[in-house]
Amino acid sequence: MNRRGFLGRLMSSAALGISAILSRKVPGWAAIAHEPAKSYGMGVDVDKCIGCGRCMAACKTENNVRPEPYFFRTWVERYVIKKDGDVIVHTISGSSEQPIEEARERDVLRSFFVPKLCNHCAHPPCVQVCPVGATFQTADGGVVIVDEERCIGCRYCIQACPYGARYLNPETKTADKCTFCYQRITRGLLPACVEVCPTQARIFGDLKSGASPLTRFTRMGKIHVLKGHLNTEPKVLYTNLDGEVR
Amino acid sequence: MNQELIERLAEISKQVTGFIYPNDLDVHWSIMIVLYPYLTGLVAGAFILASLVKVFNVKEVQPAYKLALLTALAFLLIAPLPLQLHLGHPERAYEIFLTPNPTSAMAMFGFVYLWYLMVVLLLEIWFAYRKDLILLAQRERPPMRWVHRALALFSNDVSEKAVEFDRKAVRAITIIGIPSAFLLHGYVGFIFGSIKANPWWSSVLMPIVFLFSAIVSGIALVLLLYMIITPLRGKQIDMGCLDKMASFLFYAVIVDFSLEALDFIHRLYESEESIKILSDLVLNKLMISLLVMQILLGMILPFAVMVLIKLLNLNEELRKLLYFVSAILIQVGIFSTRWNVVIGGQMFSKSFRGLTTYKMELVGIEGLLTAMVVLALPVIVLVVLIKVLPPWGDIEEKAAEGGAG
Repeated sequence: MNRRGFLGRLMSSAALGISAILSRKVPGWAAIAHEPAKSYGMGVDVDKCIGCGRCMAACKTENNVRPEPYFFRTWVERYVIKKDGDVIVHTISGSSEQPIEEARERDVLRSFFVPKLCNHCAHPPCVQVCPVGATFQTADGGVVIVDEERCIGCRYCIQACPYGARYLNPETKTADKCTFCYQRITRGLLPACVEVCPTQARIFGDLKSGASPLTRFTRMGKIHVLKGHLNTEPKVLYTNLDGEVR
Repeated sequence: MNQELIERLAEISKQVTGFIYPNDLDVHWSIMIVLYPYLTGLVAGAFILASLVKVFNVKEVQPAYKLALLTALAFLLIAPLPLQLHLGHPERAYEIFLTPNPTSAMAMFGFVYLWYLMVVLLLEIWFAYRKDLILLAQRERPPMRWVHRALALFSNDVSEKAVEFDRKAVRAITIIGIPSAFLLHGYVGFIFGSIKANPWWSSVLMPIVFLFSAIVSGIALVLLLYMIITPLRGKQIDMGCLDKMASFLFYAVIVDFSLEALDFIHRLYESEESIKILSDLVLNKLMISLLVMQILLGMILPFAVMVLIKLLNLNEELRKLLYFVSAILIQVGIFSTRWNVVIGGQMFSKSFRGLTTYKMELVGIEGLLTAMVVLALPVIVLVVLIKVLPPWGDIEEKAAEGGAG
């Protein structure tokens, strides 16, 4: 092979390599090679939540989350919107440390509870920023989880999450978050919060399945997601969500 | 340890105003992460000052050229330390080099840092010092003789041709070095600027603002060091050099100030969803550190002083004094800038409805004392570097004297 031929081959193989990397790393450059068969998600009907807090308690028990009210994989927010436009929000945490500002009943315009958890985004900013790939989407349903053996504890993912869904586990010194109770769903069980909800405000399932309570939920309701403008494509879907909720 | 953390969080939770997401209570990136962009900024700024001499032939700054290079090296060597101290698992830090996530700005750190250290700084310093090292080794006794011979990598060619090659190499490396210095600090800005979840950080201007504030702080630091060390050596401060450095500092401050003002006006004018919480943040939490320390003391006051120096025909002593004070104020200002970005960006919740607070520990791995040690370390490294690699450019004269004597 002469020099020109060699250089030509070198260039074309480099170009091939670069395009291969780009197609793997840049969404939209190529179809994702291994489109997972499932896509786990959750439906939350805001109108059904009564703010009992059993989901939080069940989550903490199931997943060994510390009991103090500074570490949550899921929590419930209580909104009180007053006639003068003021909005009072607090977390139902079972803790009496924070004094709760109460509105007089005649001043209240509307009031409701909103369950929150990790949105298991289809485009998760936390996964994008992790320097070592310790947090990732599972291949079998796109659940965003953290490998605590790999996490270096830099907390960049906590900064990148728009929903405040992550915290630093003080025991492991690694990032921690909702896993949709991965240990349960892979055995065909429901996440603990869904299991215990007395009003079925939370519905768990595969967003790609043909017929399931979750697909029915998406068919019957007007669906909204949190902070949709950030293009994270959350897979926790809300119905009857108020515009005041962020 | 955990009990302490829980007590601290309980204490902070009493000071929360409004509604925050429950996991947003703690300020996760502490004083250590404030130090990191501050230190790398000084590196980039000092290097860019040194580059002025070689690329743009600013001869006046020649007396501070090697000092600027050594300053950049000393601060670069310590810059990763606060990051390391901050990690939950520092023993796994090497994973960033071995299995980097290509979509993570932070993962690129290892490569930008190594590129800058190995290819730019160390190479430039080696070529800039090669002749000096050989001359030093010739007139010294062991063990320093061995040290300098080893540092020169046992080269001993001081012919005109070899020295000319050194000069060309330095120039070439500087030309690569300027974009590299931009990259080093621009990328630090990108780490913050690319976080769309955080409206205080998410700005396309962030890397550029970081860059110019880096240039400001780096020039001010070299100016300070030059003014402190020269009298200590019993030498006269070269006023031409000082005036020129101050002049560059002045222009860098103008650009930096304009960029920050642009960012501020843009945010205020667009007045997006986050504007209410951000104004609460500035008025309640950052009043002192942003309005007083960063803008008033750290920018407007030194800027006014430098305008006065330009307008009035002041004598040398007064100029020296005013330069010195301005440079110190600028350091305070840029440190506050880093503080306001890093800590300020975490004091409001992503619910945009409430503020938390930052309680710095006094002792402890991310406490005030550690921070002061981290800040002092580069100075100690610099002292050692100056001892080993004298940056004063009088080695040839001394060698000639030694030869004659």
